[in-house]
Amino acid sequence: MKKLINNPADVVKEELMGVALAHPDLVRVHFDPNYIVRVDAPIQGKVGVISGGGSGHEPMHGGFVGVGMLDAACPGAVFTSPTPDQMYEATKAVNGGAGVLHIVKNYTGDVLNFEMAAEMAMAEGIEVASVVIDDDVAVQDSLYTAGRRGVGTTVLAEKICGAAAEQGRSLQEVADLCRKVNGWGRSMGMALTSCTVPHAGKPTFDLPEDQMEIGIGIHGEPGRTRMPLKTADEITEMLALPIINDLPFKSGDTVIAMVNGMGGTPLIELYIVYRKLAEICKGHGITIARSLVGNYITSLEMAGCSITLLKADDDILKLWDAPVKTAGLRWGL
Amino acid sequence: MITRDDILAWLKCYRQALGENKDYLTRLDSAIGDADHGANMDRGFAAVLEKLPSVAEKDVGTILKTTGMTLVSTVGGAGGPLYGTFFMRAGMALDGKTEFTPQEFLAALEAGLAGVQQRGKATTGEKTMVDALTPGCKAMREALERGKSLAEALDAAAAAAEQGMRDTIPMLATKGRASYLGERSIGHQDPGATSSALMLRCAANTLGRVQDPA
Repeated sequence: MKKLINNPADVVKEELMGVALAHPDLVRVHFDPNYIVRVDAPIQGKVGVISGGGSGHEPMHGGFVGVGMLDAACPGAVFTSPTPDQMYEATKAVNGGAGVLHIVKNYTGDVLNFEMAAEMAMAEGIEVASVVIDDDVAVQDSLYTAGRRGVGTTVLAEKICGAAAEQGRSLQEVADLCRKVNGWGRSMGMALTSCTVPHAGKPTFDLPEDQMEIGIGIHGEPGRTRMPLKTADEITEMLALPIINDLPFKSGDTVIAMVNGMGGTPLIELYIVYRKLAEICKGHGITIARSLVGNYITSLEMAGCSITLLKADDDILKLWDAPVKTAGLRWGL
Repeated sequence: MITRDDILAWLKCYRQALGENKDYLTRLDSAIGDADHGANMDRGFAAVLEKLPSVAEKDVGTILKTTGMTLVSTVGGAGGPLYGTFFMRAGMALDGKTEFTPQEFLAALEAGLAGVQQRGKATTGEKTMVDALTPGCKAMREALERGKSLAEALDAAAAAAEQGMRDTIPMLATKGRASYLGERSIGHQDPGATSSALMLRCAANTLGRVQDPA
């Protein structure tokens, strides 16, 4: 293992210390339990929006705390869901009397821990709504699985719901919007290399030099299939077509498109993927109204990418364009 | 009778077993999960052992509930809420007691298992910890009903849990992160079933040494 760390056990703590020192204008970091919270929280009368999950996906979620996006984020250990006491304390810290939305990615651990936290907060009289994001088309949604994983759409949902909360919408409205975004968003990812969890010290899986994993999860979980490496254009097609066919996205649809890097792939390659994605969308009569290309929901140092398409109406586009000021996304302010 | 000291010895034994098997559990989890089960359980039980001195003079219910709460706040993942719920429910079943019968201990294990199933919405055959705990509890109940000693009953429970653990190998996972693999989850032993089998083996190695009343 070759990493820029001091001690595997200190990775999350030292990262959070760095975040606190780097962005004092945006966030405060609370330790024990760990959460990152907007510097001006709680905001009276505003719905609080929080999310959380294992660390190792930066900038998600902590990098999205700030004006117009998340009020707080709860980082767990690397690739491990945070614990209910973190979410419960974060919920209390952002509750401005209008209730709190929990945006939860669909992983068994995240769902169970957020469920316990919501029960604790509601026992304290705080109104909590939870929306589970499950947008990964690589996974079959059936009675026989824990359901689809939550991936790229989470980033878009956090931006859009954060903007809606900032406008003063009610908890019910923000939660409904979040469900709409989840219903309209689809993603799929792929890996060129594995990733190494610091405390594990060894790559999570072996991926030979000439192979790739299609449908990879953001924790290095295997996906649909392993196959010989192909060109960027072929790979883009292998991700984009299942996404388009799943919703399905139709001719005439307007979308927000994200090409996301898994952490170890340079932007130069992500733009090559975006170029092909734009061509595929055009061929299907789908208009990309907004785009996001970069590393937003990563998997440590894994090389690879994911594609997310979100069907967008005027409301979603306006909320997307609304001002945001976080470490990871910043525009309009 | 089983005493408070026996329960403390059980928890210490389990902590040690998790430490020794940390890499093994993580390896199992790498194959079908996200490579964190060993580290998470090790971290959680290290925290439990730090907490134990503060409740060592309390009743067993308090000790087990404290264990559960500590796991919930330190383990994370699915293991935190599931093992946390297991120990909290077991503790509720032994509330106020400092010593109790094998039957009462069995009832506590069964309450813990029911809590796990409720929180995780899982049943047997889904390649989870339920597949080790269910046959473990069943074997212990049958042994006690046949008049076997606590040592024999716990040994039967541990053996049945270990068999249940091995029986997860050919199973297709339908709950938890391994379920995302579909067919590819077949052929791997479930890490949660493995840590549960270890827990019952520790019970046999500690509580099982308790003298049965003549």
